[in-house]
Amino acid sequence: MRVFERPKVLKDKVFHYCPGCTHGIVHRLVAEIIEEMDIRERTVGVCPVGCAVLAYDYLDIDMQEASHGRAPAVATGIKRVLPDKVVFTYQGDGDLAAIGMTETVHTAARGEPLTVIFINNAIYGMTNGQMAPTTLLGQRTQTTPYGRNAAKEGYPIKVCEMLATLDGPSYIARVSVGSYKSILNARKVLREAFRRQIEENAYALVEVLSTCPTNWGMKPRDAMDWIENEMQETFPVGIFKE
Amino acid sequence: MAEVIIDRERCKGCLLCVSFCPKQLFTLSDKLNSSGYYPVKIKEMKECSGCAVCATVCPDVAITAVDR
Amino acid sequence: MKKKQVLMKGNEAMAEGAIMAGCRYFFGYPITPQNEVPAHMAAYMPRAGGVFIQAESELAAINMVYGAAGAGARVMTSSSSPGISLKQEGISYLVGAELPCVIANIMRGGPGLGGIQPSQSDYFQAVKGGGHGDYRLIVLAPDSVQEMADLTMLAFDLADVYRNPVMILGDGNLGQMMEPVSFCKFRKRKLPPKDWATTGTAGRPRNIVKSLYLIPEQLEAHNRKLYRKFQTMKRREVRFEEDIPEGCELLLTAFGTTARICRDVVDKLRQRGHKVGLLRPITLFPFPEERIKEVSSRVKAVMTVEMNMGQMVDDVRLAVEGRCPVHFCGRTGGMVPSVEEIVHEAGKILRGMKE
Repeated sequence: MRVFERPKVLKDKVFHYCPGCTHGIVHRLVAEIIEEMDIRERTVGVCPVGCAVLAYDYLDIDMQEASHGRAPAVATGIKRVLPDKVVFTYQGDGDLAAIGMTETVHTAARGEPLTVIFINNAIYGMTNGQMAPTTLLGQRTQTTPYGRNAAKEGYPIKVCEMLATLDGPSYIARVSVGSYKSILNARKVLREAFRRQIEENAYALVEVLSTCPTNWGMKPRDAMDWIENEMQETFPVGIFKE
Repeated sequence: MAEVIIDRERCKGCLLCVSFCPKQLFTLSDKLNSSGYYPVKIKEMKECSGCAVCATVCPDVAITAVDR
Repeated sequence: MKKKQVLMKGNEAMAEGAIMAGCRYFFGYPITPQNEVPAHMAAYMPRAGGVFIQAESELAAINMVYGAAGAGARVMTSSSSPGISLKQEGISYLVGAELPCVIANIMRGGPGLGGIQPSQSDYFQAVKGGGHGDYRLIVLAPDSVQEMADLTMLAFDLADVYRNPVMILGDGNLGQMMEPVSFCKFRKRKLPPKDWATTGTAGRPRNIVKSLYLIPEQLEAHNRKLYRKFQTMKRREVRFEEDIPEGCELLLTAFGTTARICRDVVDKLRQRGHKVGLLRPITLFPFPEERIKEVSSRVKAVMTVEMNMGQMVDDVRLAVEGRCPVHFCGRTGGMVPSVEEIVHEAGKILRGMKE
């Protein structure tokens, strides 16, 4: 009996992600959920600009590639045309919480029946590690070489806490993929976010605390531990709206 | 009997399985794969309990876990 | 039998034409002087079983258009100059991903926030690309409320035929003025099925809507494919209207609002015995360059009239290729040239010919 095998929704292609990058884990979870819920043929995904820009190379479903930050608007257009399909976006912290914050907030406020998967790794990975809206105070990045200083660069944005104040969303949660247990929990929560759209025609967002070992300058395991020990102090995991 | 199958060509040698395996069964092989990484291998397959922790944490979905 | 006519604003006629052409999705953001378009869509789209969303910005609106077009729908957005600038990134992506849609620009004066009075100063932006990358839009320039409706209906078919955005380039004057308009029953052409749309993979291999080509050989091939479409548009879609007398001395060229004014200019000058003609491009891209080239070899001069500081006149000069002098007469910043001042400018050119 196979206790663990590659989901068929994942195409037979090696990820372009750096060694130890947890994008691969989240891609796999999404693929598993699509397979398990048997929605592959009626799912349309929207890719961001950022490291996951090529997500369509890996997920064997219909996908659209959005411009930077506009995935929620693109997904809104798709969902309004195809209300019976399952539409999700997969976005990073720069895409969702910097350039695309307007679309993020208003799509949530409208309660568009979408599933938003938000990868928060506290840095811009694709462009070599600049400060993200979610970079922690004191965290060194290419553009905060002395550490993020609240007086100069402001504070990290807590997307879940902020969106949970809106009436539109049905489900807002933050999970981590920083440990085995966290990954199992992330899977459960992501599945619920898809279920909300499918069964309740509702908006759901899941923030996934993820690693960027390359730009954090850490070994992959140390990066995972950093999520569990450091990142979660600023970004506590939990369900913010249910 | 439990077993894990490692796809050498997918593995990037990130060592997450090495550090997460409760029985410390993984190690790096000394042969490069075609992408230029040293993929992991199993030291003692008969020790494997089939818990699939390695496969769950593997970011490259390079591990299949089997329980026969 | 005379067709039933209704009195409507240009903006309303455009919106109604879109609905009649099967547009069922409209995403827009308020901006003067095009607000009648979203207002009409908000009122009538639900009755047609369609969707209207007031987006949070022009950026959101154009990207909703992208999503809906990628899902296979007939979809439209409208805005005015500053808002169209905001949409440029999205328009570039729409062309790159070969998505059909209709975008209306009811122009106002610029640059910057400019003003809210009519202008034609977005000609360059509309016909030369507008956003980044090597691309063109089909640009239709109505000159009446009737054409606001008719060309919008045409625009949806052209967008689908070429899998390319089509722009309706109007101005605040055409959008706001009221004229009688009649709607003929829209007969959609036979078009190929949108088998490229992302509608779920049931029964077929998956579809990807994207403009990203990281391998330069592939991107070049994609650009060449787009270029071939633009060349086909140039062969097949040139539209213009002309009134050129035998022995024409001065040819006026103008589009949209200024073309309307130029009709009166032509009448006035003819009453005074001058042989004056008018050529009005209806498609600004593709531009009627061949026709202008032909006519320019048998007239003494050309004068282009625009509500800007001289934009279409560049394309006229390229078409004329020095066969005769090309003059320009324009007002800008929301000022509309009067018949008298154009007659005056034309008079100077005509007198120069006699000397």
